[in-house]
Amino acid sequence: MNVNQSAPPVPPFGQPQPVYPGYHQSSYGGQPGSTAPPTHYGAYNGPVPGYQETLAPGVSRAPPSSGAPPATTAQTPRGQAAYGQFGQGDVQNGPSSTVQMQRLSGSQPFGSAPLAPVVSQPTVLQPYGPLPTSSQVTAQLAGMQISGAMAPAPPTLGLGYGPPTSLASASGSFPNSGLYGSYSQGQAPPLSQTQGHPGAQPPQRSALPQASSFTPPASGGPRMPSMSGPLLPGQGFGGPPVSQPNHVSSPPPQVLPPGTQMTGPPGPPPPMHSSQQPGYQLQQNGSFGPGRGPQPNYGSPYPGAPTFGSQPGPPQPLPPKRLDPDAIPSPIQVIEDDRNNRGSEPFVTGVRGQVPPLVTTNFLVKDQGNASPRYIRCTSYNIPCTSDMAKQAQVPLAAVIKPLARLPPEEASPYVVDHGESGPLRCNRCKAYMCPFMQFIEGGRRFQCCFCSCINDVPPQYFQHLDHTGKRVDAYDRPELSLGSYEFLATVDYCKNNKFPSPPAFIFMIDVSYNAIRSGLVRLLCEELKSLLDCLPREGRAEESAIRVGFVTYNKVLHFYNVKSSLAQPQMMVVSDVADMFVPLLDGFLVNVNESRAVITSLLDQIPEMFADTRETETVFAPVIQAGMEALKAAECAGKLFLFHTSLPIAEAPGKLKNRDDRKLINTDKEKTLFQPQTGAYQTLAKECVAQGCCVDLFLFPNQYVDVATLCVVPQLTGGSVYKYACFQVENDQERFLSDLRRDVQKVVGFDAVMRVRTSTGIRAVDFFGAFYMSNTTDVELAGLDGDKTVTVEFKHDDRLNEESGALLQCALLYTSCAGQRRLRIHNLALNCCTQLADLYRNCETDTLINYMAKFAYRGVLNSPVKTVRDALITQCAQILACYRKNCASPSSAGQLILPECMKLLPVYLNCVLKSDVLQPGAEVTTDDRAYVRQLVTSMDVAETNVFFYPRLLPLTKSPIESTTEPPAVRASEERLSDGDIYLLENGLNLFLWVGASVQQGVVQSLFSVSSFSQITSGLSILPVLDNPLSKKVRGLVDSLRAQRSRYMKLIVVKQEDKLEMLFKHFLVEDKSLSGGASYVDFLCHMHKEIRQLLS
Amino acid sequence: MATYLEFIQQNEERDGVRFSWNVWPSSRLEATRMVVPLACLLTPLRERPDLPPVQYEPVLCSRPTCKAILNPLCQVDYRAKLWACNFCFQRNQFPPAYTGISEVNQPAELMPQFSTIEYVIQRGPQSPLIFLYVVDTCLEEDDLQALKESLQMSLSLLPPDALVGLITFGRMVQVHELSCEGISKSFVFRGTKDLTAKQIQDMLGLTTPAMPMQQARPQEHPFVSSRFLQPIQKIDMNLTDLLGELQRDPWPVTQGKRPLRSTGVALSIAVGLLEGTFPNTGARIMLFTGGPPTQGPGMVVGDELKVPIRSWHDIEKDNARFMKKATKHYEMLANRAATNGHCIDIYACALDQTGLLEMKCCANLTGGHMVMGDSFNTSLFKQTFQRIFSKDFNGNFRMAFGATLEVKTSRELKIAGAIGPCVSLNVKGPCVSENELGVGGTSQWKICGLDPTSTLGIYFEVVNQHNAPIPQGGRGAIQFVTQYQHSSTQRRIRVTTVARNWADAQSHLRHIEAAFDQEAAAVLMARLGVFRAESEEGPDVLRWLDRQLIRLCQKFGQYNKEDPTSFRLSDSFSLYPQFMFHLRRSPFLQVFNNSPDESSYYRHHFARQDLTQSLIMIQPILYSYSFHGPPEPVLLDSSSILADRILLMDTFFQIVIYLGETIAQWRKAGYQDMPEYENFKHLLQAPLDDAQEILQARFPMPRYINTEHGGSQARFLLSKVNPSQTHNNLYTWGQVMKYSRRMSQQMKCLSLRKGFTWKRLSHTEKILFQLLTGSSTI
Repeated sequence: MNVNQSAPPVPPFGQPQPVYPGYHQSSYGGQPGSTAPPTHYGAYNGPVPGYQETLAPGVSRAPPSSGAPPATTAQTPRGQAAYGQFGQGDVQNGPSSTVQMQRLSGSQPFGSAPLAPVVSQPTVLQPYGPLPTSSQVTAQLAGMQISGAMAPAPPTLGLGYGPPTSLASASGSFPNSGLYGSYSQGQAPPLSQTQGHPGAQPPQRSALPQASSFTPPASGGPRMPSMSGPLLPGQGFGGPPVSQPNHVSSPPPQVLPPGTQMTGPPGPPPPMHSSQQPGYQLQQNGSFGPGRGPQPNYGSPYPGAPTFGSQPGPPQPLPPKRLDPDAIPSPIQVIEDDRNNRGSEPFVTGVRGQVPPLVTTNFLVKDQGNASPRYIRCTSYNIPCTSDMAKQAQVPLAAVIKPLARLPPEEASPYVVDHGESGPLRCNRCKAYMCPFMQFIEGGRRFQCCFCSCINDVPPQYFQHLDHTGKRVDAYDRPELSLGSYEFLATVDYCKNNKFPSPPAFIFMIDVSYNAIRSGLVRLLCEELKSLLDCLPREGRAEESAIRVGFVTYNKVLHFYNVKSSLAQPQMMVVSDVADMFVPLLDGFLVNVNESRAVITSLLDQIPEMFADTRETETVFAPVIQAGMEALKAAECAGKLFLFHTSLPIAEAPGKLKNRDDRKLINTDKEKTLFQPQTGAYQTLAKECVAQGCCVDLFLFPNQYVDVATLCVVPQLTGGSVYKYACFQVENDQERFLSDLRRDVQKVVGFDAVMRVRTSTGIRAVDFFGAFYMSNTTDVELAGLDGDKTVTVEFKHDDRLNEESGALLQCALLYTSCAGQRRLRIHNLALNCCTQLADLYRNCETDTLINYMAKFAYRGVLNSPVKTVRDALITQCAQILACYRKNCASPSSAGQLILPECMKLLPVYLNCVLKSDVLQPGAEVTTDDRAYVRQLVTSMDVAETNVFFYPRLLPLTKSPIESTTEPPAVRASEERLSDGDIYLLENGLNLFLWVGASVQQGVVQSLFSVSSFSQITSGLSILPVLDNPLSKKVRGLVDSLRAQRSRYMKLIVVKQEDKLEMLFKHFLVEDKSLSGGASYVDFLCHMHKEIRQLLS
Repeated sequence: MATYLEFIQQNEERDGVRFSWNVWPSSRLEATRMVVPLACLLTPLRERPDLPPVQYEPVLCSRPTCKAILNPLCQVDYRAKLWACNFCFQRNQFPPAYTGISEVNQPAELMPQFSTIEYVIQRGPQSPLIFLYVVDTCLEEDDLQALKESLQMSLSLLPPDALVGLITFGRMVQVHELSCEGISKSFVFRGTKDLTAKQIQDMLGLTTPAMPMQQARPQEHPFVSSRFLQPIQKIDMNLTDLLGELQRDPWPVTQGKRPLRSTGVALSIAVGLLEGTFPNTGARIMLFTGGPPTQGPGMVVGDELKVPIRSWHDIEKDNARFMKKATKHYEMLANRAATNGHCIDIYACALDQTGLLEMKCCANLTGGHMVMGDSFNTSLFKQTFQRIFSKDFNGNFRMAFGATLEVKTSRELKIAGAIGPCVSLNVKGPCVSENELGVGGTSQWKICGLDPTSTLGIYFEVVNQHNAPIPQGGRGAIQFVTQYQHSSTQRRIRVTTVARNWADAQSHLRHIEAAFDQEAAAVLMARLGVFRAESEEGPDVLRWLDRQLIRLCQKFGQYNKEDPTSFRLSDSFSLYPQFMFHLRRSPFLQVFNNSPDESSYYRHHFARQDLTQSLIMIQPILYSYSFHGPPEPVLLDSSSILADRILLMDTFFQIVIYLGETIAQWRKAGYQDMPEYENFKHLLQAPLDDAQEILQARFPMPRYINTEHGGSQARFLLSKVNPSQTHNNLYTWGQVMKYSRRMSQQMKCLSLRKGFTWKRLSHTEKILFQLLTGSSTI
């Protein structure tokens, strides 16, 4: 039963100490001033709770709030104890996963390991200890010059704390509860402030990192106008509240070198915050305080009111005031800071409730008992203990789970555990799977389920003695006892019909109606398939893919092809009985590519010829899916259908649709019907597909309305993907389509999957979002699931949680691998629980929150008018922030907008959600586009929603050509664009290259090979391949951006002042949008007003 | 009465007609007393090498209700250029083309030797022949291979402009498109779903493109539009390859299951396809099946092997679940095909039953062939199939399509019905009787497929009243008009006009008696019996037959009361009881020991073969070969089985060569190989040669059995012979007595007689006696 035996590559845990030093060094080596505690052992010894030893008296830090020290602490060496917290992280971070794998699986006891490397960490640590972890005391900040928004210098360093990065990793969680630079409204006497003196500002801005506060002009109501001026950081221009172009180019006079100010000793440790985040505060301060410290309002015109649905905002006839965009929290800065602070060090998952780095940060993950954030991200890593608290905070408790997420090559994919015929070990009562949190008792003969507390017997073959800490001796030999993510080989009990599944099949179903032929799609596709079939996903290092393929073409009738290897020519079988679809053949339809290659090639050669003269314009749709599903059913396997479809299915058949597009419905109560499927037939069909494990991927090539909302039902419910290429033309779209197709065909997929999320007592999964089907309230059924698909799960309390034991999640995914192996993938995650709201707000993740809220809202539009949905979002956001303001922020004037540190981007992101095409369509957005986006977002992960809602805007000519790194992004606002520059904008779906009107001729020449700006073709989609550094760099950048996204982004070159620019501007989300969406500034003001209303 | 025999033979050769009575009783009353109805066996397309068709059109009687065709029996006024119709006595003007006629310059149709004449119609489009193969793929590999070869072979036999189509079926039904190059294309239908003709045509894409075309140019090429039926010359290679690539039905058949076979839907699609593309054009749907339909409409048995296919026993017990529904399905198809002039052949080769019982109407109603064999990989099938494409002396196929047979009678007669491979066209008229015998109520029938031996029994009723005597020397006339599509694609009309004398039965019974054609009568009565057997209980039919025989004997036998030995029948009746005796034992009426499929198969052939073949079926022929002389026919009796004889039995369906005990021993000893016993070798060879001769001529190929004394296959012979030696004296008298109560007085005497010995009875009496005593269930 040794896991290692069954799964050779299993990493030995608890391995040889000799390695440790190595790790140790490597881990810290790179870090400046690395004093990282080497105390890995703490981590090993102690199960999760172990780290709590950090309480060790020697350390000045306050005890972590997260739990009582386990009994074992006493025995642990002092040093270790002291570092436990960090040590754990460090140690494990150090070794790259590959190293681990190489280690022998030998059973070196870790017991001994502990101390060796322990160095003089204490010294390092200590500085943190005292650091003010607490938040928003404005007084503390007094010294800080927040205004230095533009400060180029990374303030963090200036602080003189340990290297920020190491700190970050050490603490494992990020300072969440920052008070953002507070803007004291109160301080601003209307008029007096006009002459804002820098000196005066500090106090206001002093907002400590933990909370940002600023005064939105709106808050002041009538006073607003008066306020505008004062807060300008630019001392110089106190007066001009007028349009201050905040272009980057303009020198920021107001920048104070933050360093100087910050050098001041940090304030005393805030009382409220536990020592868990020692040092954090500072770091935070350093990192973003200066970066974008709370800036007071800048006089941007504030007309935005009308955009907020119901609240037109107070009438503001007054001269527009500008709230300085630089003063309000900047996503760019937050991303940048997180990247700098946390990107360089691995994220070690050993500690409960750590907030992982942002999705925008590149970081490595070391699995030490909790699932990697690549698999699971939560809105909050600290859950309120009671539902009352949760209700009060209104922070949704949700996890975004991507069970089959792809990992960077440096991280090992989950180990496969084979428990033999008895199958995976599970709790008898709640059926949770064996995981690191299970407690073994009675000398190892029994274990107590960490989810339901049921005491189970350990089967004899699984028995193992416990060590002195109560841990099984073999814990580190067994992934299921030491890792957050792992896989079990499923036994036959976990298979459909009690039969091991056969390898899955791919069926390509190609529309060959007139439109498809004429656009060249069919020819292109057939040509591509010839080579693509060699790249079907295969398991591990298998020589050839086990997946079988089949082909169908269709228009009003379906054509099946017999491509049996023994045939000289493929045979076509026409099924015209679309009303009662069936599969005309079995043998020879699904074949092994290599065996039937000649016949398949011949078929793919002939398909375009056969239909070259077709006049058939009508198509069917539901019967096609039905046929594919029946084919899989007949072959008794799961699989995937690739549908290439062009038009609204109007032919007489089940699932026939009519054109019901009606733009007049927008903004009416009936708008929701546009998102609802036209007929229930597709749901029924989808249900059958799910039962068969038939996943449907849909490629649409519409020239006009095709009713995406209805056509997407099946892909959506079967865990498939939808790709849409409006007005497809081979010349323009071929690269995009082929790239998507290749990726889609090649990606690793699990079939016929069921996902179940179990939680420890106290909370329970109540709601699920994503591309799947649910026949009951707990099981998420996915006909197919690939590495891009995400399921968002919402939790609710059903009991009180315990601060000590925290909350556990276990996501179990039962699926069939692409080689036909039945497996269970388990992800475990432990979260903290809190009794203080502040802890909640400090451990939130805004990106995840937005992911959840967007999905929630996008589902809402199916049932409620869009306006209601928008209002609900705004209200919820206001409630969250108001709750914080009321319970966590230090008392300050009501006019002050104070945001929790880790939610300071909530308003800007939420605004992006609110003005997205689905919730607020512009005139040019078609109904199909909205339905398409709606369904895309439903299964997006956090990184995708992040960039989708807040696109990345990269200046290309700002940084030196030689630099190899990505240029730092700028905020998505027109104001940030300089007409002498070139920018790239991407949101995961679109990619624009914006060329300023007065960009240097040389640049134009070297990029576009034309002599002047005016000669650049607008709408160009391919950059000429030129041999000069700039061209290479830009093209390289475009390629690398594309590589980061799951879908190919077609490049569109947009010239300033060109017609296409409208399209581009749509993505400048901080600006007011044409469709009526508010600008960031306006929205913030509005939000502030809402909060104030709630507070009063 | 050699003259009558000659007369009958002559008439048969010339006109293909044999009447049960060649002198007709002149009143209804007398006719009914004759027991055997006035009827005839008509072979409409009997081969007449000496009869070249005339290349003009027939002259019709101008009376709209008559429209009889000018014939030698008409009275012609050469001077006035008038002719009088001999059916309705209408006087008609000759058409202008006939102006030159005179007594010495007669058109062919007026010459007495042209009582049968064939006209070729020149107008109208010539439609090609159509052959639609419907092939079962749920066969064993070697069976399928053999079938494929046969089909490929048949392609070479078809005329180059014939249209061919291919439908294959198993679990699904595939209609193959034959026109396309490269990739082979077929339309697939679910085997479980019945579709209307309209749906089928829609799904095959026949409606939309065809409609405008046909409207635009209705006459020109109405058929070219079909992708599924193509001229053989165009797609010969393609189709050969396609047939070569035919695979066994790929759907897995699990243990204990029958393959799913969608025969019902396949036929339905075939019928629908032709219906939509070539209505009223001669076409042959050829169904090749290797097992029972197991799914969809027309299923005969489920796919569970543990449930056997229905037997007679099940049918009697009303246990045949699917029979009624399936029969209905196939009947519906047969009627649709018949309406459109398409015929359906069934070639069923399997060891078990294949559902012929349910499907029989497809062949029966459309004039298609029905062939039953054990395997496609037998010479029985291969040669039979090949024989379908045999050609006549002119190089034309021996098949004709889409025929309609119209019968006209002179007014003393009415038409009671017909029995044969035909359907009623429901044409009522003055000459249609209200009493139906066979398929009645009409004067016209459709025969979708017929060949030179197809024979119909046509039954008449004398309607002349007793009190309205026909003048002495009066003749009744009947005209048979057969319009058909010749295999050379010409439309032709064959007209046969016959007349017979009327006779007063009271005064001229001897005449009538002498003109009795007992062979024809036996076959006609047998057809009636078999026809009844299809719808009535077996015993009822036998009882009816017995009653008819007894009545006939009563009427025409001569005997002294109380003296069975005195019983005599005249020569013209002498064989009739014997025929009836064998008929009772024949598989056409006895279902014992036959499966329902076999019964259907036998009955099918009985209802369409000509008189000679029918007689063989009723009473198998037994030849005896010995050193004592030339082969001689012997009694079909166990006494004919002798040790030093070789017997050759022809039952139509089987040919059995049986070596007597001694002969078998000699052969075993190898005498035939010794030069000094060459005569023995010749003796052994003689029946083989004769059998070969029969095999060559017969359609379908009989089962050929070569056996010897004690061989297991000898049962085929033993089951046919009259078991006289085994139990001739053991009849239970009680049964006879029971029966005798209803018998005529004469019979009662016969049966009550004590000390009666078998040997002293004449042959006829034996037959009669046996016949009577054998009917235990009366």
